[in-house]
Amino acid sequence: MSTATTTPRRELGTGRTAGTRRTLEKGPSGWLAVPALAFFMLFAILPLLGVLFLSFTSWDGLGEIRLDGLSSWNTVLADPVTGNALLVTAKIMFFSFIVQAPISLLLGVFTAASQKYRAALAVLYFVPLLLSSAAVAIAFKALLDPNFGLGPGLGLPFLAQDWLGNSDLVLFVVVFVIAWQFVPFHTLIYQGGVRQIPASLYEAAQIDGAGRIQQFFNITLPQLKYTMITSSTLMVVGSLAYFDLIFVLTAGGPGYSTRLLPLHMYLTGFKANDMGAASALGVILVVIGLALALFLQRLGGKNRNASQLEGA
Amino acid sequence: MNNLKLRTAGMAVSAAALSISLVACGSSGPAGTGASADSATMWGLTGGDQPVFQASVESWNKSHPDSAIKLDFFANDAYKTKVRTAVGAGQGPTLVYGWGGGVLKSYVDAGQVDDLTGFLKENPDVQSRYLPSILESGVIDGKTYALPNNKVQPVVLYYNKEVFEKIGAEPPKTWDELMALVPKFKAAGVAPFSLGGQSKWPDLMWLEYLVDRIGGPEVFANIAANKPDAWSDPAVIEALTKIQELVDAGGFINGFSSIAADSNADQALLYTGKAAMILQGSWIYQGMKKDAADFVSSGKLGYTPFPTVEGGKGDPANVVGNPSNFWSVSSKATEEQKKTALEYVKDGMFNDENVQGLIDSGAVPVVTGIEDKLAASPDKDFLTYVYGMAKDAPDFTLSWDQALSPAQGDAMLANLDQIFLKKITPEQFASTMNATIGK
Repeated sequence: MSTATTTPRRELGTGRTAGTRRTLEKGPSGWLAVPALAFFMLFAILPLLGVLFLSFTSWDGLGEIRLDGLSSWNTVLADPVTGNALLVTAKIMFFSFIVQAPISLLLGVFTAASQKYRAALAVLYFVPLLLSSAAVAIAFKALLDPNFGLGPGLGLPFLAQDWLGNSDLVLFVVVFVIAWQFVPFHTLIYQGGVRQIPASLYEAAQIDGAGRIQQFFNITLPQLKYTMITSSTLMVVGSLAYFDLIFVLTAGGPGYSTRLLPLHMYLTGFKANDMGAASALGVILVVIGLALALFLQRLGGKNRNASQLEGA
Repeated sequence: MNNLKLRTAGMAVSAAALSISLVACGSSGPAGTGASADSATMWGLTGGDQPVFQASVESWNKSHPDSAIKLDFFANDAYKTKVRTAVGAGQGPTLVYGWGGGVLKSYVDAGQVDDLTGFLKENPDVQSRYLPSILESGVIDGKTYALPNNKVQPVVLYYNKEVFEKIGAEPPKTWDELMALVPKFKAAGVAPFSLGGQSKWPDLMWLEYLVDRIGGPEVFANIAANKPDAWSDPAVIEALTKIQELVDAGGFINGFSSIAADSNADQALLYTGKAAMILQGSWIYQGMKKDAADFVSSGKLGYTPFPTVEGGKGDPANVVGNPSNFWSVSSKATEEQKKTALEYVKDGMFNDENVQGLIDSGAVPVVTGIEDKLAASPDKDFLTYVYGMAKDAPDFTLSWDQALSPAQGDAMLANLDQIFLKKITPEQFASTMNATIGK
C-alpha cells in the first residue's frame, strides 16, 4: 500500500551525499503516503463499508434505515432480472474486449510510427475521446432513430433498422458505440507502449532477416505484454462501469436487453428506491470487479521487475 | 534536502488547497435575480411550463426584493431522481414540485413536507380558486400537503386530420373501429399510432384507459388499495390482451420501443404525418404549438376521447392523466424560506399574469372562473375541450406510476414494456405484479 515498500531499492551511481543514499535505500518516508491514504479511506473505503452496511437494511431513500438482515440479499439473488443483468454484463464485456483489443492494438502500432500523415490520422482517431459519454449517446441515438435518423435521412433502407428497439440487435449496437468511444483511448495506450520498444531490437531483427510480420509477432507483441495487461484490465473492469452511455442510449431497454449490472443497480436504487437491494448489487459489482482485476494482474506473472528487454 | 520530498509535499499541499477551493465553489452557486443563499428555492421542470414559471418568479422577485425566490429547472426524468435524493438528504428545495400520489405519500410518511391544511383555512381565497376535484389530489389522510401549481393534464387521443382525410377515415369511437383503422393506415404507408415506448410511461396510458373503459375506475382503486391479487382482475387481463393484439396488428410505429417521449420524437411523428394518431397527455399540445406552429394553427391537429370498449363498464367520460402538478413545502426549510414560499403561493401564483401566461402557452390552469379567458385564446378549441374534459369527468384517475409506490410503479413500467415487446403474457404480468403488492 505505502510507496515506501514498493519503491525498488537500487544502488545508484556514486558521488551522492550520504543522506541522499539513505533516502534512496529506504525510499521516501512513509508519511508522504498519508494524504493520499486519507483521501482513499475517506472516499473509497468508508463509502464501501457504508454500502456493505446498507445491503443488510431496507431503506427507500427517504424514511428511516431499518436493519433487515438478509432480506435485500434474498430479493436480489432470487430476482431473475439480476441473473439477466449479469449475463448482459458478461456479454458486453466479452464482445467489447474482442472488438476493441485487436483494433486498438493495430491502430496503436500504426500511429506509433513517425510519418506525418500517421500523426494527422492519429489526431482524428482521438476525437471521440474528447466527447462525453452522454454526448456520444445522444448523438448516436439521433443517428440511429428508425424514423428520423441517418437511414431515412440518406434514403438508405439498410441503415433504417430499428437499431435500439430490436432486442436481438441492440446489444451489438451498444458494443459498437462503446468501441467507437473507447478504442481511441486504448490506441493511445498501445501507441505509448510501442514507442517504448527500443529501435535496436528492430535493427537487430532486420539484420537477422526478419520481415515486418515476423517483427510484429516476435518483437512488438511480446514487448507489449504489460501494455496489453493494462489495457485489458481497463477494458474488462471498465465494462462493469458502463452506465452513462447505456443509460442515455437505451435506458436498459428494450425490455431488459441492455440492463447490465451497474444500470440495474442504479435503476433499483434511484427509480424503484430500494436502496437495500441496490447496495447488495453494488457489493456484487465490487467483488466481481476486484476478482477480475486480480486475475488479470496474475496473468502478468509474479516477477513484475523482470526485464522484457533481454538481449537488448 | 532532496527535491523529491519537497515536490511531493508541495503537491500534497496544493491538492489540499485545490480541494478546499472546490468545496468553497460548491456551496455558493451563481446568484439568481436578487436571490441570495438564504432565499427560498424552487425547482421546476424544463419544457412547456418553463417560461411561465420563469416569468412568474421573475415578476415576484422584482416586486418582493426582500423575499426573492431562486428558481432552477431540470428535465423530467432527471428531476424525479434528483429531487427524491435531495429531499431524503434534507437538501431539497423549499418548494418541491410533484405529482401527488404515492411519491407525495412517501414524503409525508418520512415527515419531509409540511401540512398545509392550516394555511388553506387561514386563506380561504386560495382554497376557493382551485377546481375542488383537483385540490383533492394533494390530500393524504385528510390533510393537505400539496397545492396545485399549473394545469390540468388529461390524456387525449390526438390525430392528424390531413392523414385521416387522405384515406377518408373518421377518428375511432370504439375499440373495434380503432382496430379496423389499423390495416387501412398501414396500406396507405402511415403508421396508425406513434408511441414513445423507450420512456415506458406512454405505454401506461394505453393500459390505464383500456382498464378504465373495460372495468371502470374501481379496478385500479383496488390495486391502489393494495388488495391481494388485484392485478388479476379480468379487466386488466383483457386490457393487456387487447394491447398485444394491437401490437400484433402492427398498430404502433416501427421502432416504437426506441422512441423517447422526453425528446418529443413521438409527437414529431404525428405532425410530420408519419403516424396518424398518438395517445398522449394534454401537455404535448404546448410542445407542438412551439415545434409545429403551422400544423396546430391551421387546424390539422384533431383530438378525441379514448374509444369505448364493447361491453365495458367504464363511463366513456372518465379521464386518466395528471390532475395537475403540485407545490409542497419542505419541512427542512427555514422559517424565513417557508414564509416566502407560502406568500408566493398565495399572491404570486395564479394571479392574472400567471393564469394568462399558462393559457398563452397552450395549457388550462387548474383554477375556476377562467372560461372567458379560455374563450378569448387563439387555442380556445383545444383549451375549452380539455377544460370540459377535466371538469365533467365522473372520474379522473391519477397516472398509475405516480399513484403507486415507487417500487411498484417501476416494476409495473418494466413489465408493461415486456408486454408491448410480447416477451411475457398478460397472466405473467398479473402474477409478477401481484407479488409487488404492498411494497
